[in-house]
Amino acid sequence: MTAIDLGYVVQLAFLIGAAFFALGLHQMNSPATARRGNRLSATGMTIAVVAELIYVGYRGVEPGNWLIIGGGMVVGGAIGLRMARTVAMTSMPQLVSLFNAVGGGAAGLLAIDDFIRLSSQRTPEGALAALDGWLIFFILVDVIVGSVTFTGSLIASAKLMGRLKGQPIVFPGGRLLSAVALVLAISCSIVLVLSGTGLFNYDASVMDLLLMVALASALVFGVTMVLPIGGADMPVVISLLNAFTGSAVAMAGFVVGNVILIVAGALVGASGAILTKLMADAMNRSIANILVGGFGAAEGSQAALTGAGGTVREVSVDDAAIQLAYASKVVIVPGYGLAVAQAQHGVRELADLLEARGVDVSYAIHPVAGRMPGHMNVLLAEANVPYPQLKEMDEINPEFERTDVALVVGANDVTNPAARTDRSSPIFGMPILDVDHARSIIVMKRSMGRGYAGIDNPLYVNPKTGMYFADAKAGLAKLIAAIKAQ
Amino acid sequence: MNVGTLINDLTVFVLAILLGFEVISRVPATLHTPLMSGTNSIHGIVLVGAIGLGATADNALTSVLAFVAVVFAAANVVGGYWVTDRMLQMFKRRPVPKADKSAN
Repeated sequence: MTAIDLGYVVQLAFLIGAAFFALGLHQMNSPATARRGNRLSATGMTIAVVAELIYVGYRGVEPGNWLIIGGGMVVGGAIGLRMARTVAMTSMPQLVSLFNAVGGGAAGLLAIDDFIRLSSQRTPEGALAALDGWLIFFILVDVIVGSVTFTGSLIASAKLMGRLKGQPIVFPGGRLLSAVALVLAISCSIVLVLSGTGLFNYDASVMDLLLMVALASALVFGVTMVLPIGGADMPVVISLLNAFTGSAVAMAGFVVGNVILIVAGALVGASGAILTKLMADAMNRSIANILVGGFGAAEGSQAALTGAGGTVREVSVDDAAIQLAYASKVVIVPGYGLAVAQAQHGVRELADLLEARGVDVSYAIHPVAGRMPGHMNVLLAEANVPYPQLKEMDEINPEFERTDVALVVGANDVTNPAARTDRSSPIFGMPILDVDHARSIIVMKRSMGRGYAGIDNPLYVNPKTGMYFADAKAGLAKLIAAIKAQ
Repeated sequence: MNVGTLINDLTVFVLAILLGFEVISRVPATLHTPLMSGTNSIHGIVLVGAIGLGATADNALTSVLAFVAVVFAAANVVGGYWVTDRMLQMFKRRPVPKADKSAN
């Protein structure tokens, strides 16, 4: 077989790989088939990588180059495997952020590498021989988006790990620095693209330097973009950076002329875009508002710190236990406070106990209940909660009318009825879980402290609500003991 | 870049985005975290590009760039698929006997 024939076979292998990605994602439409889908996708990846290895091997690779490829795969694979095996489910957002960073970084590196090789290839007259305007355009988009993703994701990851504080980090001149970095990156790109069309004629060294300036500016912009964004907005930021990584990979596909990179990048980009939109809608904020709002720090949320009218009714462990034990339908509303207290297993145990008594138990999951899209579902699945009990907001909201007890554990803003009625509330318009429609409500909470948005929750002074003041883990243990005593 | 290639690539790109929107909007919210880490592994496909560059690197700079790109992409692929599988195996229709709980 000639190298050209083999090239066609490899192209076909890539097509199969790309088809497997799409089919694998399709099987993610149900928890019953999702695992098979992921394995199908992994098989597609293996086919594509093996095909590429055979192809480069056939065309001839120096031993030193095999070392780069083999060594890199072994080192990278080992690092990835170690992280994947040891990560705690609560730390999943950090890990996803890190993978966004390396994916975007790798895509950016491909383009830089390509540019440096090709910028010195010239015709005898000194004009560019291998680069043209379009190619330079894709290279620059790849480098800029990849670099912004790289540093932005590292910052997001550091915030989620607690290495950087979660609150918006604002420093004097930060906004100016962002603007300067962005303008610099774009101007360098324009100059380079124009020189690709033959309008300017620069030496390779000048062109490489301009690329480096664009690269450095984009890296700085990634940092200044994410630093001022608060921890509560992280689900949007992670999703957005995921979309960026996908776009960078698709651009890399245009640059190296490989269709499977284009398809894979487009699929990831679409996924990231959908999730970004869903998360922003779930917080009733526009994506621009989250990004730009971050620059000015969150002013709005401090405005409405007025005292709530009405009195708080406290409920004892035994009263709560009786209510739950003799209910026919209970909906548990978990919030991120539950995961922080590592109380997922306690909740599952409580639910098991109630189910054994014939109570119908389900979980109401708000889209932004965790630190990334769908995070709370994973945390509950880890605690062996069967997935048919995990209900999405639109599915569970009509059921609250028929619910005897809504048990709120570690959730606050997502249950705040002010979002429906109070136009002056900073969270007005945000879709919430209608727990106040239940016949009675038990809120388990450490104290009367406010939620992430720093606003009062009228749910707590609702006459139907009993407040059970306790740490989630210890409080659940007491509740379980009290129900067993019934 | 010749115009024919450009148009072909754009065609594939646009259709893949539309396919992505169609397929991914059917994924339930319950699976959004595994979806994100699964798509994360898919963008590890840059590994293919990185291998291509690693095979033709001929000086110190391009060798280092290619090596780092291969390491990044390989970590992305292996770690992404593994952790997604780890998550998805936890999604069960019915709870598992208690003995399984200490296994992780």
